[in-house]
Amino acid sequence: MTPIEEDVLETALNWKQAGRRVAVATVTSTWGSSPRPAGSQLVVDDKGAMVGSVSGGCIEGAVVREALEVMQDGKPRLLDFGITNEQAWEVGLACGGKLQVYVERLE
Amino acid sequence: MKAAFLERLLAAKQARQAIALVTDLGSNAQAIFDPVAPDNPLDLTPAQRDAVSAALDANQSDEIEIEGRRLFVQARVPAPRLIVVGAVHITQALAPMAALAGYEVVVVDPRRAFATAERFPGINLRHDWPDEALDALQVDARSAVVTLTHDPKIDDPALDRALKSPAFYIGALGSKKTHAARLHRLKSAGFDDAALARIHGPAGLAIGAKSPAEIAISVLAQLTAARHGRPTRLADATPAAAQ
Repeated sequence: MTPIEEDVLETALNWKQAGRRVAVATVTSTWGSSPRPAGSQLVVDDKGAMVGSVSGGCIEGAVVREALEVMQDGKPRLLDFGITNEQAWEVGLACGGKLQVYVERLE
Repeated sequence: MKAAFLERLLAAKQARQAIALVTDLGSNAQAIFDPVAPDNPLDLTPAQRDAVSAALDANQSDEIEIEGRRLFVQARVPAPRLIVVGAVHITQALAPMAALAGYEVVVVDPRRAFATAERFPGINLRHDWPDEALDALQVDARSAVVTLTHDPKIDDPALDRALKSPAFYIGALGSKKTHAARLHRLKSAGFDDAALARIHGPAGLAIGAKSPAEIAISVLAQLTAARHGRPTRLADATPAAAQ
C-alpha cells in the first residue's frame, strides 16, 4: 500500500505520454494562513482536466485559465494571489492568505 | 518543465532517492538537483548549493533568495517505509494504519497461508525469506523494520539484516523472556550490546495495549517518535505488547 497522497507528477507524465498538452502549477511561496504549503502542485491538461491542488479550491479556476494560456505560448508565469477573508470563508478557512504559483508547460 | 526532468523525479522516487527540481524564478532556468551528483547546470555558487541542499534535507519545498537569485526548490523526499515481518493478526491492523500515516508498507512472510491478498487488501506482500527480502528491499535510513512472528526462524534473519542496515527504527514483538532469548542468540551471532540496543523489544510504547489494533497503535506511536527524533522509550516502561 502506498501513502494516500497521490503523486500528481505521475499523472502529468501519463497525460503527456498519452499525447495531451499538460501544464504544471506549483505553489512557490505563501504568506499568512495559505491553505496549501509551498511545493503543492496542480496538473492541468488542455481540456481543463486537473489533479492535485494549490489552494484547496479558491484559486484553481484562475490557475487553470492561466495554465491553458501557458500551454499555448509556452512561457512560464509566476502568479500572485491574495485570498480574501470572504473567499477563504467559502472554502472553509478561517482567514485569508497570500500565495505565489509558478505555472509552466510540460515540454 | 522538461518531460525528462519529470521522468528523473519519478525514477528517483522509485529508487528511494531524495532529489529536487530547482527553478530560477528570474530566468526560468531549471535543473535537477541531485545531492550526490557533482554536475551544476544552474551554476549555483557554493552558498546557493548549500541552501538548496539544506531545503532538500529538511524536505521543505521553498523559495530561497540568495546572492541575488530567487530559486524555487521542489524537494522530493521518499516516503518513510515500514517493513513488517510476519503477516499476523497485529499486522492486519498495523499495515493499513501505517499506510494512513504516510508509510510505504511492505509485509514479508514466507508462509503463503498468512500473507494473502484477502487478509491484506492493497498491501505490498512478499513471500521470500526475510533476509533475502530485506536485501532486495535495500533497507535505508528512511526505513523501519518490525518483526511480529515470535518465530526465531523468521524473525532472526530479519533482525540480522535490520541491524546491518541504517534503519531508523527496529522493533521486535515478544515477551521479555522471548526478547532476552532473542538478544542472546543475536549476541552469539556476533552483535555487540550497542547494536542490540537498537532493537525495541518488546516493540511499542507502554500504553497498556491489549488488542491487535491497540498494539498496532503502540508500535506506530513508537515509530512516530523515532521518525521525529523523540524518545522512543517511556520512563515508566512496561512495554506495550509484553504478552
